[in-house]
Amino acid sequence: MTLFHVIEWLIKGFVWALVLLGGFAYLTLYERRALARIQSRIGPNRAGPFGLLQPIADAVKLIFKEELTPANADKLIFLLAPVITVVPAVIITAVVPWGPSLDIFGYHLTLYIADINVGVLYIMSIASIAVYGIVLAGWSSNNKYAMMGGLRSSAQMISYELALGLSFVSAILLAGSMRMLDIVNMQKPIWFVLLQPVGTGIFLIATLAEVNRAPFDMPEAEQELTAGYHTEYSGMKFALLFMAEYTKMIAISAIGATLFFGGYLGPFVDKFPWLGPFYIFIKIILLLFGMIWVRATFPRIRYDRLMAFGWKVLLPLSLAVVFITAVGIILAQHYTNSLWMGIIPVASLLVAGFAVTMLERELRRKDYARR
Amino acid sequence: MRVVEPFVEMARGLWTTLRMMFDRPVTVQYPEQKKPVMPRFRGRHVLKRYENGLEKCIGCALCAAACPADAIFVESSENTDEVRYSPGDRYASTYEINMLRCIFCGFCEDACPTEAIVLGDQYELSFTDRHQAVYPKEMLIEPVPENGQPTPQITKAGEFTRSVPAMKDPQD
Repeated sequence: MTLFHVIEWLIKGFVWALVLLGGFAYLTLYERRALARIQSRIGPNRAGPFGLLQPIADAVKLIFKEELTPANADKLIFLLAPVITVVPAVIITAVVPWGPSLDIFGYHLTLYIADINVGVLYIMSIASIAVYGIVLAGWSSNNKYAMMGGLRSSAQMISYELALGLSFVSAILLAGSMRMLDIVNMQKPIWFVLLQPVGTGIFLIATLAEVNRAPFDMPEAEQELTAGYHTEYSGMKFALLFMAEYTKMIAISAIGATLFFGGYLGPFVDKFPWLGPFYIFIKIILLLFGMIWVRATFPRIRYDRLMAFGWKVLLPLSLAVVFITAVGIILAQHYTNSLWMGIIPVASLLVAGFAVTMLERELRRKDYARR
Repeated sequence: MRVVEPFVEMARGLWTTLRMMFDRPVTVQYPEQKKPVMPRFRGRHVLKRYENGLEKCIGCALCAAACPADAIFVESSENTDEVRYSPGDRYASTYEINMLRCIFCGFCEDACPTEAIVLGDQYELSFTDRHQAVYPKEMLIEPVPENGQPTPQITKAGEFTRSVPAMKDPQD
């Protein structure tokens, strides 16, 4: 039985890794097509029907490109850095459940790879490891732009990880568990996005900074740093860094869908458990579209503003959100009336409104002082 | 309402980009779809013919003299009534344009006394070899018009003595 389980895990892990890597390839196509449509273009449509073979063409091109290593680079770390970046991006979603358990041919199949009781903690720790790859890539390139990109990236990711972790905490408090399955099951009556909209907003903003996406793509600010930490990378090593970036996008969307948007839950999922992966897939696609949409809309913000926003606005706001969530839960328990939970979204939105007002006043004051 | 104003501004930006998604794309699918060129477009040169099929070019090499990039090479030979390519005494036996040198300035067009060379609307001029960049007369000359005869023609004596025709002022 144990050997059987090991084989099952291996197969599930392998399938999920393949899904992520294939998803990465098609996410690049998805992003290019969506961005093109937003910019009144068509996007890649030459390779295969609707450009569906474009990722394969890109992969072939990247494999056959010349691999350059700068003369004074730290060769070993230069080689290892892309690997260190890719591995956490792939393994981070191991705890994300893509469906309830399923009975096929009398065999009880669970639609998740690992069911650990501190799933959210696992995600946080793996997400932190991803910083190493980027900062090592920047440092080992022996290039000032790459170094600056790596430093910026590490500073930004560490700063926004606090707000991200605290937005996780609000979901954990609402679910009363760190197990991903429990968090999903607790969202059966109501999704956490409705119960804690501000926490979800903080999560979405912080993840943009976490995966270095526009408008927080400071590590790759072309105007300032050419390409940031992957300036000196080419060929397959560049492809690995690229892969890590897009896989992280998928991973963070899957995590966001699970924590706040009901995971695999959806209509009829109790009767037909195989609908679970389908629902989470749709949620991931929609969240990814949100990221692409934001990239197409907002310009990159200045680096000092980014850090100021993270430390002076997002972190206090997320602390307040955690506090409000805890108060709401305690009130609901004390009066044994879950209507008290309604205090959470209302008070959170009030606090968020206050934060936005203060931010706006500060910006207005600065604008006035500059004139 | 200072609280909602930033959100309204952001939402307006997002709405604009979302609306543009359903806009008609402006892309021209180039090899299948081609946009017509402008009337005064300067593309590849064309050597013109008269209605009867005779070549307009008389091999005077004024175009070669006018060419700032020295892209045109003309060699002329004598016409006879038995072997006639163009009206008048001479015709261009060799006419070559090096497309790697040509800057499409249109000076050759201006210099031509018979309006024989015209910059046409052909712009697909890629080649894989430097020797292919030199376009000979056979590639540049336009096909024989419907009721004309190919050159060389046999003509009556004394019919085509004037090499430069009477012309109106050039239009676009």
